[in-house]
Amino acid sequence: MPEKTLVEAVRDAMDEEMARDENVFVVGEDVGQRGGVFRATVGLFDKYGGERVIDSPLAELSIVGVSIGAALYGMKPIAEIQFGDFIFPAMNQIVSEAAKMTYRSNGEWTVPMVIRAPYGGGIGGGLYHSQSIEAFFTHVPGLKVVIPSNPYDAKGLLKSAVRDPNPVIFMEPKKGYRLIRGEVPDEEFLVPIGPAKISRSGSDLSIFAYGMMHYYAMAAAEQLEKEGISAEVIDLRTLYPVDRQTILESVKRTGKALIVHEDNLTGGYGGEIAAIIAEHAFTDLDAPVRRLAGPDVPGVPFSHPMQEWFMVNEEKIADAARKLAQY
Amino acid sequence: MGLSSEIKKEMYWMMVLSRKLDERAWILHRQGKIAFHISGIGHEAAQVGAAYALKRGYDWVTPYYRDLALMVCLGLTPEEFMLSLMGKVGEPSSGSRQMPSHFGLRRANAVSHSAPVATQAPHAAGIGLAIKMKKEDKVVLTTIGEGSTSQGEWYEAVNWAAIHHLPVIFLVENNQYAISVPPEKQMAVPSSADKACGLGLPGETVDGTDVFAVYETIHRVIEKARSGGGPALIEARMYRITPHSSDDDDRTYRSKEEVDENKKKDPILLARTRLIEEGIITEQEADEMDKKAKDMVTEAVKRSEEAAYPNAEEASYPVYVEEVQHA
Repeated sequence: MPEKTLVEAVRDAMDEEMARDENVFVVGEDVGQRGGVFRATVGLFDKYGGERVIDSPLAELSIVGVSIGAALYGMKPIAEIQFGDFIFPAMNQIVSEAAKMTYRSNGEWTVPMVIRAPYGGGIGGGLYHSQSIEAFFTHVPGLKVVIPSNPYDAKGLLKSAVRDPNPVIFMEPKKGYRLIRGEVPDEEFLVPIGPAKISRSGSDLSIFAYGMMHYYAMAAAEQLEKEGISAEVIDLRTLYPVDRQTILESVKRTGKALIVHEDNLTGGYGGEIAAIIAEHAFTDLDAPVRRLAGPDVPGVPFSHPMQEWFMVNEEKIADAARKLAQY
Repeated sequence: MGLSSEIKKEMYWMMVLSRKLDERAWILHRQGKIAFHISGIGHEAAQVGAAYALKRGYDWVTPYYRDLALMVCLGLTPEEFMLSLMGKVGEPSSGSRQMPSHFGLRRANAVSHSAPVATQAPHAAGIGLAIKMKKEDKVVLTTIGEGSTSQGEWYEAVNWAAIHHLPVIFLVENNQYAISVPPEKQMAVPSSADKACGLGLPGETVDGTDVFAVYETIHRVIEKARSGGGPALIEARMYRITPHSSDDDDRTYRSKEEVDENKKKDPILLARTRLIEEGIITEQEADEMDKKAKDMVTEAVKRSEEAAYPNAEEASYPVYVEEVQHA
């Protein structure tokens, strides 16, 4: 089986879906001849032409708004927001329009589209090329929010997102674009939107993570195993709607929950997981639910020492897991 | 301009029917029978003129909340409008999830819209893009108030349509007020059509109280757009004869004298006088049309009052396409 990087898997997913369905098209800043600033669309312009791989004006609101219009007409747009940090001009179109269209028209109108957005820090991107944006969208019924952690899931989930009849926010851990490699079969496959995945079975505690933090959680779990701590790692993959069953079953097995994300702690997605566990698995818990997250500062600073202070990493996860295991 | 007497008569009838619906909505509100009404009185000529320039049911429309007459021309029935005012079962735009006059009519290619203004404009550009990608000869009409042309969303949409030469007609209904704020506080140009020169498409201002002048202008730009000639921006000027909505008190920002003066340019009065002068209808026929419209509205009110309210549980869906329940 060929090994791919995460960004290659993203590209391959788009290529296959564009080949499969002529209504699928890609739109965003620099996605054309340049192939995207992260090279996620490389080769698509040459293969499918400028009519299906559209260099948009430098305006995120209309990247999304125009894609919604095309989707209403029956097209299947894949809109790329160059950095997740730049998605906020499009919030009105995402929250007021894409998310509400099916409900507000009682199903008469639907918006089958994907919004791809690289997210996350640790890449020297400073405040505005590093943010995690998932919590803004996991609060919005009508959206689906998906974050893959590896090339296989990136390809399978993105293909599912393109075929999904609803608007899907597809967030890609940009630090992992080339760092995270994995085997991806050449033959057609899909990974369904919805189910979380037990990436590693364990008995002492459960670590819930997604995207880049899942990568670090797996590394931390390996380290912990050598110390005699058995950590179960759950890759949430689809944040909204979330797979409650897998979360609760894992907590019932281990009795301890560590939730990890790099987004700011307060109001972050981890709070929702903690609440689900508190409401439905309280009596299974042997320790308080623990959240490990980015600090509550407005962004990830540029200068390396300050950036590293912000970032959650393998060591911080291992430390938090040790303490929780010992509780 | 090629409009037959029959068509002119029909256009006048659409104006009259829309006016009677609108007037009855105000009465129902005063009677405490409905909670809210937002009025299009004074806009009928612009909307009917524009609607008749379309291939109705073939071309696409992304309307806004003042477009009752446009929607009536597209086939919205008096009963359907009354159902929306009362929040009853059978309301076609949203199953009574949305407030009244938040239009949308799938069978007429009239897209559901929301309340944050100008959100419908990028959708029109996206629909135009899809039409162009599919090499079809449809056009999109998108309407908006002059105040809402202050929104970035509108500029971005016009910019897209101009760059890609899309078959989109941007119709601005300039009724002199954005709730209480006059045009000179919205823009530094005399007409929103003047903004066209900065965006690279033709712009034109038309008397929005003259139904046939509006028809002629919109028909010309539509047919140009249909044959690949690109978008156009038209401002139709009229006066908002009523307060903004049933929750507004226009005496706080304009004089009764000003309103009375402008009622002399009531588009229905002007059309009636002209059709009688041209010998297309008689005084008696015009009076009969008034009575027929009133009777139709009365019947629609009666049927809507008898109609059921939705079950409360219907509020729980359809958040996602998978939950759509087809009647």
